[in-house]
Amino acid sequence: MDIWHSIVEYKEEILTIVRLSLIVSGTATLFSTLIALPLGTIIGLKDFLGRRLILRIVYTLMALPPVLAGLIVYLIFSRSGPLGNLELLFTPTIMIIAQTLLVTPIITGLVVAAIAGKEGIIYDHALSLGANQMQAYFTVIKEARTNIIASIMTGFGRAFAEVGAVMLVGGNIRYTTRVLTTSIVMETRQGNFAMGIALGLILLIISFAVSTLVLMNNDQFSKT
Amino acid sequence: MNNKLSRVILLLLIVLSVISINACTKNPSPSKETPAVEESLVLATTTSTQDSGLLDILIPAFEKEYNTEVKVIAVGSGQAMEMGKKGDADALLVHSPAAEDQFMAEGWGKVRKDVMYNQFLIVGPKADPAGISGMTDAVAALKKLADTNSKFISRADKSGTHSKELSIWKAAEVTPAGSWYIESGQGMGDTLMMAIEINAYTLTDEATFLSFKNKASSLHVVVQGDKLLFNPYGAIAVSPEKYPNIRFKAAEAFVNFISEGEGQAIIHAFGKKKYGKNLFTPVNYRP
Repeated sequence: MDIWHSIVEYKEEILTIVRLSLIVSGTATLFSTLIALPLGTIIGLKDFLGRRLILRIVYTLMALPPVLAGLIVYLIFSRSGPLGNLELLFTPTIMIIAQTLLVTPIITGLVVAAIAGKEGIIYDHALSLGANQMQAYFTVIKEARTNIIASIMTGFGRAFAEVGAVMLVGGNIRYTTRVLTTSIVMETRQGNFAMGIALGLILLIISFAVSTLVLMNNDQFSKT
Repeated sequence: MNNKLSRVILLLLIVLSVISINACTKNPSPSKETPAVEESLVLATTTSTQDSGLLDILIPAFEKEYNTEVKVIAVGSGQAMEMGKKGDADALLVHSPAAEDQFMAEGWGKVRKDVMYNQFLIVGPKADPAGISGMTDAVAALKKLADTNSKFISRADKSGTHSKELSIWKAAEVTPAGSWYIESGQGMGDTLMMAIEINAYTLTDEATFLSFKNKASSLHVVVQGDKLLFNPYGAIAVSPEKYPNIRFKAAEAFVNFISEGEGQAIIHAFGKKKYGKNLFTPVNYRP
């Protein structure tokens, strides 16, 4: 079939694209988690002035359109923008920045939800058993880990599947900033529908592999 | 229990780092003795040059000769020039003569050269409900479309094709409006797809249409040959005066490369085998 021919012919290039997709979205998810996990835990457990406002902002930003996140990052890092002399536009680095901006509120919001409910009791319990505050936080995170992992996977899924932000700040440059989603857009635009579908399937298969890898290592997801 | 979570994270980290180490092995960049220019440049261009496949041949030839990497961003001509004004593109390859002149007059560009041309086409469904097939007067054809309220899709995205379309409406003294006039706001490929699906007419550049026709198109050329439908492409090196970081030497080398010698020969040969005719006619080609 024609499409197999194309895939085999462009095997190297497709591998580069897949690799970059994983690096960009994986790194963005990692950074987002590093920010969102402590932030979400504190918002989930502590009662402080402005907590509800912060929570509302976080939930609003969960609906941040990717293309808007991309545009904001673009304008900041444009040569005519405030951080233009860093020369980051159209590099994988700026794609990671844009996706981090996009994913952090999502993971934060979900972590808050994962922790806020019943886990408050665990926190109080840990404290009463003589744990210091740090230890109590970790106990809660440990207990809520199943939901937290689900939050992180949701964030990764969002990053891996979005096209608006990476298209704008990355520019879909061949061999440099072209990822799976932007190639799908490009192939579609050129009328290569079969190739678009094939790349989409590759994306889904990789997504499947990543979630398998994660779930394999967490027995809480299995029912027994 | 805590071990499990950290093991997952560790595993993910290892996978990621292995992947990134692999990614560092870059695609080989060949070397040769030519005037030294910056090691990379950003080329903002109209989608037709990328989607037709021309740049896939033109860019590697330039990269090889100058040992510099060209980062191609394919957008509409309007957005490409906007990127030049913001200093985010070093070189432009666009097809919007009036806007290009203004761009140069305002001092955003330093060097501009004519590169190639082809033509715009008015395409539409085979049944041709407006009965404009075979007309050679683009102005009269669009007027007839408006009179018969036949569906017409406008790019409406400030691209070169869109500004050409607007200039024809202006010449026809028609202000297109109404349910027959559909503004897609999308690229040429997307607009052609839309035209196929809803049996509408649209204005397209020849290169995108020919490369699209092979794959998915049931559209037919209804009007061509009017000199108003002339579609010239120009290359611009963005001026380094406003943004000193502009990679001007590389941009200038690129503009010269595609408007002379080898670049022109590549353009001349492009598409003959696949489409039976060249998609772009070089302005400065000498066999």
